[in-house]
Amino acid sequence: MTSTTADILLLAFGSFAILIAMTVLGEVLRARQPAGHANPVLETYMTRVQSWWGMVTFVGLALLTGKIGVMILFAFVSFAALREFLTLTAKTQADHIALALAFFVVLPLQYVFVGFGWTGLFAIFIPVYAFLLLPIVSALRGNANRFLVRVAETQWALMITVFCVSHVPALMTLDLPDYSERAVLLIAFLVMVVQLGDLLEYFFGRRIGRTKIAPGLSPKTWEGVACGVTSAMLIGGMLSWITPFTPLAAMGMAGAASLVGMFGSIVFAAIKRDRGVKDWSHLIPGQGGFVDQLDSVIFAAPIFYHLTRYFYT
Amino acid sequence: MKYLRQFAARLTGHAIRIFARAITAVRADWQGIEPVPRQRVYFANHTSNGDMPMIWSCLPPALRRDVRPVAAADYWLKNKLRAFVGPEVFNCVLIDRRPEVNDKPMDKILAALDEGSSLIIFPEGNRNMTDDPLLPFKSGLYNMGVARPQVDLVPTWVANLTSIMPKGEVIPLPLICTVTFGAPIHVQDGESKDDFLRRAADALAALAPEVRP
Repeated sequence: MTSTTADILLLAFGSFAILIAMTVLGEVLRARQPAGHANPVLETYMTRVQSWWGMVTFVGLALLTGKIGVMILFAFVSFAALREFLTLTAKTQADHIALALAFFVVLPLQYVFVGFGWTGLFAIFIPVYAFLLLPIVSALRGNANRFLVRVAETQWALMITVFCVSHVPALMTLDLPDYSERAVLLIAFLVMVVQLGDLLEYFFGRRIGRTKIAPGLSPKTWEGVACGVTSAMLIGGMLSWITPFTPLAAMGMAGAASLVGMFGSIVFAAIKRDRGVKDWSHLIPGQGGFVDQLDSVIFAAPIFYHLTRYFYT
Repeated sequence: MKYLRQFAARLTGHAIRIFARAITAVRADWQGIEPVPRQRVYFANHTSNGDMPMIWSCLPPALRRDVRPVAAADYWLKNKLRAFVGPEVFNCVLIDRRPEVNDKPMDKILAALDEGSSLIIFPEGNRNMTDDPLLPFKSGLYNMGVARPQVDLVPTWVANLTSIMPKGEVIPLPLICTVTFGAPIHVQDGESKDDFLRRAADALAALAPEVRP
């Protein structure tokens, strides 16, 4: 067993320990409820914990299988997220071929480029080639009605759900001195600090949150975000042994990723509000859709990728 | 041979369901009724040939076993594959739409109801290619409601299939499809055919998700 595998297993068991604690807590609270009176908050919490069990298992298995497993997992995540996003965007039959190309050509190619480590192509494929070519395909069908809205929303969907999401597995292709073998652990680091930061932001926001950041849009408060980002930094510092960063640098990276992620989820809240939906879909029980679950990771991933690339390669 | 065909039909049914789930993540939203085995006529909007398989795929197994889609014989008997899928996989009640054949479609439908089956019908008759949410309903739904008043008539809205598979396109888009089941309606005492059909169409259109462009 390599040290990387040992570390992944350690992280997985650590996460399982947290989940066991949360499951036991929920079951104890459930047992203390009077019979026949289900508490809706508690039941939501338990469905969420169940979904987390699934997510930790999937991500853990993907990380253990290495590069191929991670590529397949995130390609699937991109697919599910793109499907949720394009379900809500403006489109007509004239966009049918462009959208089919987005799903069945652009998305797989992006992951092929990431998989082969073709960094240059991976960074410009969607912002340049898809950006210019897909509107041509739509325009050739000759329907000008709301054309700019249609192509702009399609491009936004691709940028967010394919381009940004693919930066998570792309962390494995960074050429970090003395670390390349262990690069898969950077994914675990990013996902853990951002998701745990979100969780604690929610917890503290409920407890001590006063000042809303974007009233009418999101329940997030400055107090909650400050506590969440601070927690993410502390967790990042504690996890620095799995990264190429010093403990202080790990705190900085975790803080940056967590902060961008939280504001990213406000952006997603604005989109959902605009479209009049509460969740992106219903695919993950208790959590809404894939985009709901990953909104902050989606925003954090490119920033985290480029900070790491700039300072450590 | 008979058992082999039945097995093949079940297998094909599973494949269709898995395909529908994988592409569109089809989901049932039980707004007005519970997914319990009661005799029902699910009447749905019709925009695509995928409508019926979508409704069929999102029903729970116990309900799916008892449901029979009412479909056009000229479509489902066109070639051997369709003649297998329509009658044997979906267990369709096939209706001959040709004017020269006096097929008495209502007799077949009532016979299926009397056997205890639930039905899936598309009261618009044809696929809706217009921008209106629904075409005017044909009278079949009313006749069923009058002849078998105990059966629940359940409005069933299939969302998004026009974008997933517009007419004339070959590749289906993997967008999310939701099938919404509303509260059941019945023909009331003394209600005229036109009044009932308008009420049924309103109940169905009310289930369409609000689209904000």
